[in-house]
Amino acid sequence: MEKYYQQEMECASREEMVALQNERLVAQVKHVWDNVPYYRKKMEDKGLTPDDIKGIEDLHKLPFLTKDDLRDAYPYGLLAKPLADCVRIQSTSGTTGKRVVAFYTQHDVDLWEDCCARALVAAGGTNEDVCQVSYGYGLFTGGPGMNGGSHKVGCLTLPMSSGNTDRQLQFMTDLGATIICCTPSYAEYLAESIHERGLRDQIKLKAGIFGAEAWSEEMRHDIEEKLGIKAFDIYGLTETSGPGVAFECSEQTGMHINEDHFIAEIIDPETLEVLPEGSQGELVFTSITKEAFPLLRYRTKDITVLSREKCSCGRTLVKMHKPMGRSDDMLIVKGVNVFPSQIEAVLLENGYPANYQIIVDRVNHSDTIEVLVEMTPEIFSDSLGSITEKEKNLVAALKAMLGIYAKVRLVEPKSIARSEGKAVRVIDKRKI
Amino acid sequence: MAIKQITVFLENRAGRLLEITQLLAYNKIDLRALNIAETTDYGLLRIIVDDSEKALAVLKESGAIATTTDVLAVAVPNIPGGLNTLLQVLANANVDVSYMYSIFGHADENAYMILQLADADEVAGILKNKGIVVADAQKLGIN
Ligand SMILES: [Zn+2]
Repeated sequence: MEKYYQQEMECASREEMVALQNERLVAQVKHVWDNVPYYRKKMEDKGLTPDDIKGIEDLHKLPFLTKDDLRDAYPYGLLAKPLADCVRIQSTSGTTGKRVVAFYTQHDVDLWEDCCARALVAAGGTNEDVCQVSYGYGLFTGGPGMNGGSHKVGCLTLPMSSGNTDRQLQFMTDLGATIICCTPSYAEYLAESIHERGLRDQIKLKAGIFGAEAWSEEMRHDIEEKLGIKAFDIYGLTETSGPGVAFECSEQTGMHINEDHFIAEIIDPETLEVLPEGSQGELVFTSITKEAFPLLRYRTKDITVLSREKCSCGRTLVKMHKPMGRSDDMLIVKGVNVFPSQIEAVLLENGYPANYQIIVDRVNHSDTIEVLVEMTPEIFSDSLGSITEKEKNLVAALKAMLGIYAKVRLVEPKSIARSEGKAVRVIDKRKI
Repeated sequence: MAIKQITVFLENRAGRLLEITQLLAYNKIDLRALNIAETTDYGLLRIIVDDSEKALAVLKESGAIATTTDVLAVAVPNIPGGLNTLLQVLANANVDVSYMYSIFGHADENAYMILQLADADEVAGILKNKGIVVADAQKLGIN
């Protein structure tokens, strides 16, 4: 029997949800217009006033916000409430430039924690559970978000934060944690440690909620098998709140977006046109309940697909596919969208290392794509037939994933250029 | 009876083979046989050297991908039909030869061929029963 945290929202009819979104969007646009001069100017530049936005059918008229806007407006430029009403900030790691700082009123924190609580309940969480939160606590949203959600559900919450594997495993076994929340890579690490130390019989985990990183279905199966749990995906970003923007249910075929708080759109990252349902494109979010930091039409750069197909869990919230890549990284080869992350996934699935380079070129007016892969001792053998067989299988797997032929070239180890320790993944000779 | 052959992954680019021969020369490793099987993008360099353990170690240390395989060094009399006789024996015994190449110089009056087979030791027995000489490592000056 499926359980919900806020059934009236999670299972609302489409008509009820649209009515709620219309009402909330109109109010939000007015709130932003009145309180955020930065966005008001963007609207004025397009000749818009709040009167032009009468409901979600007018959403496409509004200007976009990007990470560049957040940097330009740092730190207070997009703040829509007096600081006196704000109780919290969270921040991104700032690895790609200036930090993004997001502000929260108590009401914002409350709604964010509700979203995380929905994810926990969808993963089977109740007040009987012991929830180990092993995401980092601090500026990063993972720890605080899941911590708050766990409190709301009434789980006994273990605020472990990340790292210190010995202590993680000690609390997990001594206090009988039943749910773990962390990054998928840390879950794999914990699973291996549990296996190495022979602790499998002493753990009581039944579910894990893993996010904040890209992970594959293979990783999911691996974690589920090693820990004997069901592994659920969760999606979120600091700009819109944190984890819980979308969460997976028992069906595990995509993440339900909390549409009563966030309106999702899919756009073509090149033309910026809104694409019809079922199209693959860039995910754009409009926060319709946030008070302090209400972003309208924020471009996430994540490439995904939305689906309104009926879900067996009973939720009516639209589902998003796990992001397939970043629009920044997208290549268009022979008219087909290609993401380095797709190629990386195929390489890993076929036992190749993630050291690769993609060379796109145009030969006789036709695009070509070549994937350079470093040879490994595992793949190498004295038999030319065996190596070429593996190569053929890789070419077939790439074709299945990308929909176009990609040539594979095996190269010597460490021959792929690395700059500052990071490999240059894509060389597009067409632009040179 | 089998001897160790080293196979090295060679990217097809100018000077790559030279880098390998320089590395072997610098480490005073003597080449006894050499063969290259190639595709358009890369090749497999197969070598017989006087010290295969040392050669494998220096190759791996240089970052090359290399592996060892058991092969047979089989005598082929220096007379017309010498190789034909050997192949006839193998064919009669239903032995599949993956590849073969010749060895440099002569340890005696015979020429020697390197043969890669599924089961080197079993084939060595078959050949010896037919009076065909299979050279051991010592005869070829291999450690
Ligand atoms: Zn569902």
